[in-house]
Amino acid sequence: MGDYKLIVENVFKRFGAIEVLRGVSLRAKHGDVICIIGSSGSGKSTFLRCINLLERPNQARIVLDGTEIVLKPDRSGELNVAKPRQLREMRSKLAMVFQHFNLWLHLTAIENVIEAPMHVLGLSKRDAIKRGRENLAKVGLAQQLEGRYPAQLSGGQQQRVAIARALTMEPEIMLFDEPTSALDPELVGEVLKVMHQLASEGRTMIIVTHEMNFARNVANHLIFIDKGLIEEEGPPQELLANPNTKRMRQFLAASR
Amino acid sequence: MTSLVFAYGSQLWEGTVATVQLALLSLGLSFVIGLAGAAAKLSANRWYSMPATVYTTLIRGVPDLVLMLLLFYSFQDLLNRITDAFKQSQIEIDPFLAGVCVLGLIYGAYFTETFRGAFLAVPRGQLEAAAAFGMTQGQTFRRILFPQMMRFALPGISNNWQVILKATALVSIIGLRDVVRVAQDAITGTVSKGAYYAFLFLLTAALIYLLLAIVSDWFFHILMKRYSVGFR
Repeated sequence: MGDYKLIVENVFKRFGAIEVLRGVSLRAKHGDVICIIGSSGSGKSTFLRCINLLERPNQARIVLDGTEIVLKPDRSGELNVAKPRQLREMRSKLAMVFQHFNLWLHLTAIENVIEAPMHVLGLSKRDAIKRGRENLAKVGLAQQLEGRYPAQLSGGQQQRVAIARALTMEPEIMLFDEPTSALDPELVGEVLKVMHQLASEGRTMIIVTHEMNFARNVANHLIFIDKGLIEEEGPPQELLANPNTKRMRQFLAASR
Repeated sequence: MTSLVFAYGSQLWEGTVATVQLALLSLGLSFVIGLAGAAAKLSANRWYSMPATVYTTLIRGVPDLVLMLLLFYSFQDLLNRITDAFKQSQIEIDPFLAGVCVLGLIYGAYFTETFRGAFLAVPRGQLEAAAAFGMTQGQTFRRILFPQMMRFALPGISNNWQVILKATALVSIIGLRDVVRVAQDAITGTVSKGAYYAFLFLLTAALIYLLLAIVSDWFFHILMKRYSVGFR
């Protein structure tokens, strides 16, 4: 148990009468790249968002770095953290990259990158800028673009800034929620390239994606979610070549 | 005849200062009430949202003048009963302070609606990103929500401000020596000289309000530019 960075067990989530997740679990060791695939509405994004509690599950157990997050149900039956500070601490270790980037629109690229490190981690502005610039360089954003606002950047550039923003937190685990789904086809490559590079550096990543080739080539574990349950999981190359279930065969045939 | 305007000049200046002070303090109070009101109205907790809804509906549905007189006189009456009960001498409510409180309370309701709309106009993803990166609610408000909300709120704030500026004239009724009151006194003082002077003083008062409005327009223009950075 000790060598797992993240353990998420038995996540249940209901939206009204609809059961979106019916007991999904995941374990990540240091350096794991886990891809989660499934059709729209399967619950894969909801599951990812339950990990950092952007979505409040009805049932779940979350252990990060050996520490269990203390959760208790509220009146509506959804789990909430018992200690808000523990939640913030956990979230600062799990940096997220969103489908629609969600860069802060009133801040420049570099300001976006240093915002949370300064105000959540308490870094000095100088240190934050130093760290931020390294990461903007890593994701391949030219330095003369660091003063641009998100609206002045392309989608691919914005998503790369969003990845740099996550990296500058120096997180234990990075969560990616369909990071290329909102991009024009010719911009997808530049973002995947950066993610591939991060994976080869040994970063722990959990990625909800529709990019089958990326999953095949980069992930070391693949999870196929269908109707709120894990239908199949395993090493991506085997799983994608020989799916056991009819449902996954259908899904793969349709997404080819 | 213009010399008469100058004769009342220092009084008109003092009146202008009183008007501007009253308007600025009322703006400050209604701004704070508006932020709190908007937060309450958007709260999922009905113990917050219900009273806020009652407040905005009530205040916005009754004429300012009626509210002003109602609050001023009823509060004074209440105060008198209390002082009488304790056999103390009567305390007179300061019209300036009363004006700030009443205007703040009235326009707080309008600001509640202005800010509510502005809160809702900020994309949810902006706040979600702040939460996902571990920011506290206070940090999220100060550093993300407020700066982005202001862009949507400023046209409404500017509008409310112009109305507050003019609504301060109502406070002359409960005895504040603002621009309107000074002008009225000047008219009474020169009544023997004919209606011409009444026109002159009223026109001067109108001009003062107009000037204040023009200056504030310019100021809001600068603010708007500042809060539009990053957007087009």
